[in-house]
Amino acid sequence: MSDLPDRPADVVDLPEEADPMSALATELPDASGPLTPSGHLRRRQLISRGTETSQTAAALLAVGVLGIVVYSVVQRGASALSLDFLTKDIPPSGTPGGGIAPAIIGTAIIVALATAIAMPIGILVALYLTEFAARSVGRVVRLALDLLNGLPTVVVGLFVFELLVVGHHQSGFAGSFALAIIMLPLIARATQEVLLLVPPSLREAADALGVSHWRTVRGVVLPTARGGILTATVLAVARAAGETAPLIFVSSIFANTVSVNPFGSQAMPNIPVYIFNVSEAADPYGFARAWGAALVLLTVILLASVGARTLNRRYSMMLR
Amino acid sequence: VSGTIRIAGALPRNARARVRLTDRIGDGVLYGLCMFASLLAVVAIGAIAFQVINGASPAISRFGLGFLVHTTWQPNFGIFGAGTFLYGTAVSSVGALVLAVPIGISIGLYLSMVAPHRVRGVIGPLVEMLAAIPSVILGFWGILILAPFLQRHLEPFLHSVLGFLPIFGTTPTTGTGLFIASLILTIMVVPIVASISRDLFLSVPQELRDGATALGATRWEVVRGVVLPTSASGVAAASFLGLGRALGEAIAVTQVVGAGNFIHASLFQTGDTLASRIANQFQGATTTLHTASLFYLGVILLVIGLLANISAQVIARRFDVSTIASR
Repeated sequence: MSDLPDRPADVVDLPEEADPMSALATELPDASGPLTPSGHLRRRQLISRGTETSQTAAALLAVGVLGIVVYSVVQRGASALSLDFLTKDIPPSGTPGGGIAPAIIGTAIIVALATAIAMPIGILVALYLTEFAARSVGRVVRLALDLLNGLPTVVVGLFVFELLVVGHHQSGFAGSFALAIIMLPLIARATQEVLLLVPPSLREAADALGVSHWRTVRGVVLPTARGGILTATVLAVARAAGETAPLIFVSSIFANTVSVNPFGSQAMPNIPVYIFNVSEAADPYGFARAWGAALVLLTVILLASVGARTLNRRYSMMLR
Repeated sequence: VSGTIRIAGALPRNARARVRLTDRIGDGVLYGLCMFASLLAVVAIGAIAFQVINGASPAISRFGLGFLVHTTWQPNFGIFGAGTFLYGTAVSSVGALVLAVPIGISIGLYLSMVAPHRVRGVIGPLVEMLAAIPSVILGFWGILILAPFLQRHLEPFLHSVLGFLPIFGTTPTTGTGLFIASLILTIMVVPIVASISRDLFLSVPQELRDGATALGATRWEVVRGVVLPTSASGVAAASFLGLGRALGEAIAVTQVVGAGNFIHASLFQTGDTLASRIANQFQGATTTLHTASLFYLGVILLVIGLLANISAQVIARRFDVSTIASR
């Protein structure tokens, strides 16, 4: 990029309107002239810079929306938050105060039970895909997982309603079952990814020692992938904890007191359905509690998902 | 790596035989368990389809395929039709995609080509956090904060400037309706498109980009001439995955769409989608036919949702988009 200040600039700077072809034909700029963009090139660079600006703006827009939503929830939820709010029963609508303890406990139990169902199955499916499956069978299983993953959650709710609630009653277990269906493909797919990252040399070393397949899996493959499996599960939990659609079919008509038995004959209170029910009614006290509940749920979910993602990135980098 | 592996050769003979037996049993059990779990996953899809169709059977035998085009929904008279909700689903999803795909691709480009590395490490996770916000919270925020804002500012503005278009043709009333539903869906779809397209753009071979740059292409020309064409099918697949998400979203849409029973040309008026009608009326459904009709909506949703996903799979066969999506 040699800069020759003694040359007049207009030797190179073609007028903006000039047809570039005719300019080339008549007045080809001196090749030893300064390399400042002009005419057509300048327009191309302006376009390029313009698109970069709009791409930056799009990213800032997304971050801005996140900021606005989180700010609204924090600002309105913080005033509701207190020790009482976390430990007291839900009061009837139209009354101030009270808490959301039953919903917090219910969500914790439902999600824990769902994890207990989905995690082992998800890991086994992932093991099947990486250790055993023939190409064609593997493709079918992967397709099934992807379809499950893309299934509208409201359809999962209808399914579990028809399977477990019709002729019986709503229960926390039915909610867990529905959430487990949603978590299964997430855990299985992410675990499969991590299992594929386990260095082949470890496996080969075990094979060379004559170690049987299941001992290799138990002693080498799973321990190496432990961190990745854990983060996959945490991400799935974060997703399931806020899932509302299936629960309004299978665990929505609940009493406002703490219930700890997911297999009982009563639906279990839970945070997402509580917020949903409140948002459909016009009760200012209910709104205040719902903001508080939203803050509790959002805090847990965002912390879990950010933490898991950070760990996951570090972990896969380590394996790579 | 734990040290629980025992080496068969190092043990006395009778112990070796025992180990061999447990090895054979262990291998078999592991294989059986894995096989069974995978079978469960495959069977689940079939079971879900069967149960939902089963629940819908009274409505299917009563209304047949005419259900798809009839626009009357009157539970008190036992008349049901899905037309209004198919329209609402199409309008809100298409509206969301029209906004979300360009924004998502732009963010993907920003995160893969424009932003400095440090900034990528901050903005990328923030965009992914947007996807982690539960839909019920987004809907609650939509109805209490976004709707009043739209009603007072954005909708009157759009009406006064673009009011000659039928979609902005009526004066805004409550802020609820298909317009805000599309916006909320946009917020949900953008992170999906953004993170998948970022990974796709990053996987475009560096040599191709360098080659174009060496030929004198500007950054945008590299994007338009090399990056986008190389990853076009993947981006299309990402859009279909986003479409699947928008079609099936029930809760947030229910909260903001206003549960309208009629088709309006204007986006500022209420409407309803398949998923949100199910979520909205299921608890209050009293007659068998009403419940069955809601299940029938579920069948339609299942079919459309599966189609959107299979389209994404077919388009993306060259790229492993779905694994990126489920990460």
